[in-house]
Amino acid sequence: MANVKFENISKYFGKTKALSNVDFEICNSEFFILLGPTGAGKTTTLRLIAGLENPDSGKIMIDGIDVTKTQPAFRDTAFVFQQYSLYPNYSVFDNMAFPLRSPLRKESPEKIEKRVVEIATLLKIQTKLNNSATELSGGEMQRVAIGRALVRNPNIFLMDEPLSSLDAKLRESLRVELKRIQEELGATILYVTHDQIEAMTMGDRIGVLREGELVQIGTPAEIYSSPVDTYVARRLGSPQINLLPVAMFEFPEIPSETKTLGIRPEDTLLGSSKMEGTVSGIENLGADTILLLNFNEHEVFAYADPRKTYSYGDVLKVGINPEKALFFDAQDQLISA
Amino acid sequence: MPFSLSVTFPAENLKMANIVLQNVKKNFGDFIAVENSNLKVEDGEFFVMLGPSGCGKTTTLRMIAGLEMPTSGNILLNKENVTSLRASQRDIAFVFQLFALYPHLNVEKNISFPLRMQKMKSSEIKERVAEVSLLLRIEHLLKSNVSNLAGGDRQRVALGRAIVRRPAAFLMDEPLGTLDAEFREEMCLELKKLHTRIHATTVYVTHDQIEAMTMGDKIAVMNQGIILQNGTPNEIYSKPKTKFVGSFIGSPSMNFIPVDVAIEKGATSVVIDSNVFNIPEQHAETIADKNFIGIRPEKMTLTQKKGIAGEVYASEYLGTRNILTINTEVGQFKVRVSKDSNVCLHENVKITFDPHSAIIFDGASDKALPSAYMTI
Repeated sequence: MANVKFENISKYFGKTKALSNVDFEICNSEFFILLGPTGAGKTTTLRLIAGLENPDSGKIMIDGIDVTKTQPAFRDTAFVFQQYSLYPNYSVFDNMAFPLRSPLRKESPEKIEKRVVEIATLLKIQTKLNNSATELSGGEMQRVAIGRALVRNPNIFLMDEPLSSLDAKLRESLRVELKRIQEELGATILYVTHDQIEAMTMGDRIGVLREGELVQIGTPAEIYSSPVDTYVARRLGSPQINLLPVAMFEFPEIPSETKTLGIRPEDTLLGSSKMEGTVSGIENLGADTILLLNFNEHEVFAYADPRKTYSYGDVLKVGINPEKALFFDAQDQLISA
Repeated sequence: MPFSLSVTFPAENLKMANIVLQNVKKNFGDFIAVENSNLKVEDGEFFVMLGPSGCGKTTTLRMIAGLEMPTSGNILLNKENVTSLRASQRDIAFVFQLFALYPHLNVEKNISFPLRMQKMKSSEIKERVAEVSLLLRIEHLLKSNVSNLAGGDRQRVALGRAIVRRPAAFLMDEPLGTLDAEFREEMCLELKKLHTRIHATTVYVTHDQIEAMTMGDKIAVMNQGIILQNGTPNEIYSKPKTKFVGSFIGSPSMNFIPVDVAIEKGATSVVIDSNVFNIPEQHAETIADKNFIGIRPEKMTLTQKKGIAGEVYASEYLGTRNILTINTEVGQFKVRVSKDSNVCLHENVKITFDPHSAIIFDGASDKALPSAYMTI
């Protein structure tokens, strides 16, 4: 495993900007997540590290060595794609052993078997090793695809939304397992996703990409509690943060340059304050009830008491916890305390 | 942009529509896609059919639409038996993919398309398109090319095309399936708001339980061709009738603590891992010797006193809270704790649970037993 550094990388496809002056470092044994919507430059970043694309400017360093011009085969990275692609005529064992049998490596059969069984056990597919790759469920196939990367000990694992094609329940359990395996192996992983739940639950650190620019890097808790701007604030948290004009509020701690006040749904206080809103949406999620309240032109998400019943059109008093409020200026940037 | 509350859909343009399935069954050769199904979708209801792929939900929807004939049973639309009517003779709009529009036509032409196919008078078409575009707040876009529209507007146009026909009911098959997470959430909200405005009977198929919980007035959970439970999101979440429903609904799933004894009628406690735990008074006995206690993750807590001993295997940060995965001698459980709890990986902990909302599932049938809490 290694540390990987991106120094001032820019990449254009014709006139389209894919990445602009992107600068970050993935530490050894770190689970680093790039979060952003479709087209933000996530996959381009992975492909640049793998050597499948060349940057227009900037340097890529692996363990202090400049690999910007190095051929993909000599960078020693392992790629896991969104869509599993297995050899259908091979067994699960042979699919997983494939990279170890490469002529470049020449591992002994005993060593290969030991490693494949070890990784298959971590991924809970050890009983399927003799199955043909086509006799597996979608979730099992994706585990084999991940396993085929994990049997190697590359500089870095590059994962491109590997869980996005799986159904919700499977995604939930693989999330926990992948994080656990990463810790056990001490693996360096760069994982790209548009799913903020994956980012928050698995990442040691998250880099938020927006239109080819890296707007913030931090731990999930840092980014959730101190987003640098309203864009980042909206990307984490479900339901989204409430962004409201400062004129709606009156309390002494508001900095004078504030234009927008951000308040997470869990930091709203039902029943207190003079402000009254009309219930225009009710989401009963079982463990939580979330209300959508209308204040004139504005809408506010608030957590409600799941034991109470609410109806459309109910008028409720809503306040906020001023200590938890975030203040953003006219340029949508966070005003730090 | 929020839908304006001042614009109301003209009531005379809304048709009454309830849908009833009576003993509907569908076989494909030897394969039973849908077992004897009975359900009723009330007028104006947003009804969600939820289940994993292959459970029969899409087949059920296609039978309602008239795209598949049931092997046996009846389908009633407003009390009229439509089982043998063709799709085109049923007054129902099937929305396949909200984003499928004709790229070479502008917004107005896309919306009016089904009316022009019916050879409706152009003055009436104009009136209807105007009404629908006002309702969906896309009046200013009528002359725009659909390929230049933002995602939300494209969805409104697709909906407009369905609404303009004034069908008795809408059928939607995973309309948001291909969208990325954030956008899907936004579209869910839009669809739901639209529904609270026009109250058109809607049957919506999805495999995503969050979509089902957020949007449905009622949810029918299906598995292997059988409707396992049918009720409000709250009923289905807090009182699942089978283990499958308990684990399919909720993120994370319900926890099932194994109990290696039969449970008597009238029992008010069980012993797990040599600790006594209270449960709601049982109104029936178990058949099996191995049974399960179902507990939601937010009804489990860490305790310093007596509890099931375990080790923290994983901790997932979700902003508002943490989900702990805890390995114990009797199984792996998920516990929801506050985001401020500072529990470390590998820490030894003890778990207890809220005695009032525990549900006993019989190990033989996987069905919930009636109790002071669980009314069946």
